[in-house]
Amino acid sequence: MTDLLDLTLSEARDGLRAKDFSAVELTDAYIGAMDRTRSLNAYITETTDKARAMASDSDARLAKGEPGALEGIPIGVKDLYCTEGVLTTAASHILDGFKPTYESTVSGKLWSAGGVMLGKMNLDEFAMGSSNTTSFYGPAINPWQEDGNPGKRLVPGGSSGGSAAAVAARSALATVGTDTGGSIRQPAALTGTVGIKPTYGRCSRWGIIAFASSLDQAGPFTRTVRDASIMLGVMAGHDPKDSTSARVEVPNFEAALTGDIRGLRVGVPKEYRIDGMPTEIEGLWMQGIAWMQEAGAEIVEVSLPHTRYALPAYYIVAPAEASSNLARYDGVRYGLRVPGDSLDEMYANTRGEGFGEEVQRRVLIGTYVLSAGYYDAYYLKAQKVRTRIAEDFRKAWDSCDVLLTPATPSAAFGVDERQEDPIQMYLNDVFTVPANLAGIPGISVPAGFDANGLPLGLQILGRAFDEETLLRAADVLERAASFDAAPALRA
Amino acid sequence: MALDPKTVAKVAHLARIKVGENRLAPLAQELDAIVAWVEQLGEVDTDGVTPMSSAVEMAAQWREDAVTDGGYPDKVVANAPEPQGDFYTVPKVVE
Repeated sequence: MTDLLDLTLSEARDGLRAKDFSAVELTDAYIGAMDRTRSLNAYITETTDKARAMASDSDARLAKGEPGALEGIPIGVKDLYCTEGVLTTAASHILDGFKPTYESTVSGKLWSAGGVMLGKMNLDEFAMGSSNTTSFYGPAINPWQEDGNPGKRLVPGGSSGGSAAAVAARSALATVGTDTGGSIRQPAALTGTVGIKPTYGRCSRWGIIAFASSLDQAGPFTRTVRDASIMLGVMAGHDPKDSTSARVEVPNFEAALTGDIRGLRVGVPKEYRIDGMPTEIEGLWMQGIAWMQEAGAEIVEVSLPHTRYALPAYYIVAPAEASSNLARYDGVRYGLRVPGDSLDEMYANTRGEGFGEEVQRRVLIGTYVLSAGYYDAYYLKAQKVRTRIAEDFRKAWDSCDVLLTPATPSAAFGVDERQEDPIQMYLNDVFTVPANLAGIPGISVPAGFDANGLPLGLQILGRAFDEETLLRAADVLERAASFDAAPALRA
Repeated sequence: MALDPKTVAKVAHLARIKVGENRLAPLAQELDAIVAWVEQLGEVDTDGVTPMSSAVEMAAQWREDAVTDGGYPDKVVANAPEPQGDFYTVPKVVE
């Protein structure tokens, strides 16, 4: 039933409603796909029994003519979302055996809309990474391969690497991830999928394991922009349980895809032209500008002068918040406990053994920058720089409606590469981090290939709570790029 | 070097993470490189700039000060290592 796997979410939705196939058939096709692509390690936990039961319930609702927005759609959930009764690990040893007794708001919305849960997706430990190589459960593998080099295992990006790999490999029709500094958009770009980070506050963070609370935001991975708009419509909305979730109406995102961007002002930020950027990425960016222009958009050069300070500011703010958020993992209430002679020793033993290297590094940096005598010099300074970065975007909106940039500074790299120097790994997020600091929405759209045949993405950024314009522009970009290639290791 | 092995040991203690003696020096090197890299923020003029602590401009909402959840201790301790009844357990803290 390979043909079922090639349907987009909107096609599958329409096919289910037309009774062309059943939800159980669609789910079984995906369970087969999960089985055939297990070498990608995209799933930490497969919930196939649950999926079959949920699909059967979906068929009952479809028969009654009462389908939800995602009725019968097989979906994977990043293993950072708490799922009731289902192992939730954050890809960390420290959450060994943790089965939440509650469901995160966003995943709950997926199931209420009829979504079928396939399982929990691999990620970098506590979402800290850009390659999915820091997972306690081993790296997730990118289904794309370099031309003529099938032996080289590539990263799917991170931190939502499993979520991205599965959508690309057709072992999930859609997945949800989280984006703190690029963790949706960067893996989407590296796997030829669509990934959107909504405006901060658009989706509830309740029940999603916190990394950096002022930056974290949930979002979907799909194969098309239309599918992303359908997913986002279900995920978004105010939640009384998250005081930072916004009290704003959720528009019909799918209706925003008019295909018409005539007169739209597309900003091109000159500071995103960085040293050493591969010529294919520069070329793809120019091509993207040309596509938008041909579709009737007005191209405007803009300046975001503080762009180069976004990454260093992020690497103070995010670890500081992480060091505070991760204080709760102490061996007392859930997960791993490593005994010690005193309470303090038990904490230290548990955290020393339970956290991996990158998580320890970030908790230590965060603790350092928040410690007495350094708070003003680092944390307060970074928060002020963050204000400057947000101002840059606000000024840019005077002359443009969206921004078009590359999504990543390179295509997918080898699983064993870039592991020596943490800062080299951090540079993966150079184009994505500013949006998190400013709280604005961003989307990565697959748009071309590098010289080795690996996918590359373009990023569109928009005004806060204007995902409609963002999606409208992304849809036009997607049509122009007509990216329809599939990876070598697909199901 | 601002972040020497002694400082790393102190920070690790504050963070309650047991770090082996043999890891202090390499960690100090890594963390010092990161801190040196973020020092470039000093180039940005931030005089009179308000620090940004929230990603979007929104006023915190008031709500009624009422108990809206709870009453299920079994669920609360369901994931605890070595619970006793409805209680968490920890090593002895009072001599």
